[in-house]
Amino acid sequence: MKTIFYVIQKEFIQVKRNKVMLRMIVMIPIMQMLVLVFAATYDLKNVNIFLVDKDMSSTSRELATKLEASPFFTINNTSFNPDDGENELLRNADDMVLVIPQGFGRDLIRDDKASLQLLVNAIDGQAAQLGYSYAASVIRDFNKNIIAEWKGLPEFKAPFQINTISRFWYNSELDYKWYMAPGVLSLLVTLIGLFLSGMSLVKEKEQGTIEQLNVTPIRKIHFLVGKLIPFVVIALFDLAFGLLIARFVFHLPIVGSLGLVFGFSVLYLLGILGLGLFVSTLADTQQQVMFVTFFFMMIFILMSGIFTSVESMPKWAQFIDEANPVYHFMRIMRMVILKGSGFSDLIHEFVALCILGFTFLSLAVWRYRKTA
Amino acid sequence: MEKVIEVRHLVKKFGSFTANDNLNFDVYQGEIFGFLGANGAGKTTAMRILCGLSSPTSGEVKVSGYDIYKETEKIKRNIGYMSQKFSLYEDLTIAENIRFFSGIYGITPKNRKAKQEVLLKNLDIESSKDSLIGSLPLGWKQKLAFSVAIFHDPKIVFLDEPTSGVDPITRRKFWDLIYEATDRGITVFVTTHYMDEAEYCNRVSIMNDGRIEALDTPENLKKKYSAKNMDEVFLKIAR
Repeated sequence: MKTIFYVIQKEFIQVKRNKVMLRMIVMIPIMQMLVLVFAATYDLKNVNIFLVDKDMSSTSRELATKLEASPFFTINNTSFNPDDGENELLRNADDMVLVIPQGFGRDLIRDDKASLQLLVNAIDGQAAQLGYSYAASVIRDFNKNIIAEWKGLPEFKAPFQINTISRFWYNSELDYKWYMAPGVLSLLVTLIGLFLSGMSLVKEKEQGTIEQLNVTPIRKIHFLVGKLIPFVVIALFDLAFGLLIARFVFHLPIVGSLGLVFGFSVLYLLGILGLGLFVSTLADTQQQVMFVTFFFMMIFILMSGIFTSVESMPKWAQFIDEANPVYHFMRIMRMVILKGSGFSDLIHEFVALCILGFTFLSLAVWRYRKTA
Repeated sequence: MEKVIEVRHLVKKFGSFTANDNLNFDVYQGEIFGFLGANGAGKTTAMRILCGLSSPTSGEVKVSGYDIYKETEKIKRNIGYMSQKFSLYEDLTIAENIRFFSGIYGITPKNRKAKQEVLLKNLDIESSKDSLIGSLPLGWKQKLAFSVAIFHDPKIVFLDEPTSGVDPITRRKFWDLIYEATDRGITVFVTTHYMDEAEYCNRVSIMNDGRIEALDTPENLKKKYSAKNMDEVFLKIAR
């Protein structure tokens, strides 16, 4: 058992001497939290509209003013030719073209009915949907007011109307950063754990020190555990660091228990580090390890649900995701931090992480051989 | 004399290539056993098997009385190994390397400190105890690697081309260290392709294409092949 202590001591000294690694340990949390959380936002802030107003009536101008007044829209350009609008869409200069046909104001008064054309750049389907529905709601609102004005009623009311009063729970301000922060924290822990552990064993292979260890009576389980523990500590340090940034920069509310956050992180890290070590036993050089861990990271992250909801993925993809540790961990982090979920709410994730962790660690121990 | 290594019909194959073809030899307690051969003759392969780093395809091998198949971990308590590739931690200091390897062999801190002092004095590097290994000259590194390999007082130490790439003076000093180790009762098993070093060994075996072609004292070999020195012996056999 004492040998574990000597391995841990050695690993910490090596990290301490490795200037690049030290810088990574400090810089990665800062970069990820401050850049990724802000950048990875779905908040719709600025939709550029190209306006083709062929009507030039007071009504059409009023609609334009109304759109411009909304925080989401900017009328970037105007023209009388819809083709110009199309060119702007192609150039990616504008996101939408609003065509107000000639006679729009007149038709609205005379026939109580008029049409508008809205062309939306839908390369990014989600942003297009969102932009369209915001625009539609501005137009609907405008419509309602116009009817009310003309009919002289205080405000137009449909004869029967169901009023929905909604409250957004757990993130009442709909602050996207609150949703992203726990997700990015999960990535942070994963990145640090996977790369550090992957690199450390293969580095011993490259330098030949592994041979020297393999002729000693050290038990391989002691060696691997001694290698794991420093990286658990470092990753937890980075998690705490990231949480502090989230707390003080984004005012992220930490509703659930921090004990649960860190407890689950330890469990998760054992699995991730096991995976890193396993990859490391298969590879001969640091480049190979980088390549393989990068491959895993890509799949894990894209399927984790950080950007897209896992519930909307096809059934088979959700099934595969059960084997994705990042998916489980991200759920845990979001549930505990944002909602205050307790352990009993997370039994499924707990069992999944236990199984995955056990599998990865066993693979690493099985694959690491002192005798070739 | 007590046999510390017994090898019978040792065969090691990599696919269709036979690296060790039916090796038979004994090594006795306290001797310096030279393992000679051209590059690729199978020296390192045989040595790695004796150290438990690689398993043989067939044959019987006992090292310090333990069976190579079943008692590998017991063997590892009784041997030291210095590989061709320098293998102390370059980013640790001399003292930290000693502390780490002592820890693995279960040497108590008190014992370690006493032995470390002797070691540093012996190599005349007391003032460099806290220098990183990476910053030391190659000759120092090799002497240190050897000293660390026998720090836990093994019965046998395996040296795989320990002096390759260093100047003749350092090589001479390195051999002084080897003699000191044998004075302490440690058996030395050394591969080399410097023929002057072969003269320093008690017995040498010469390998060629995976087989042992000759095994005797340097004097007897020179007589047998009517050669002036080991260089000639080697050329006659390896040709």
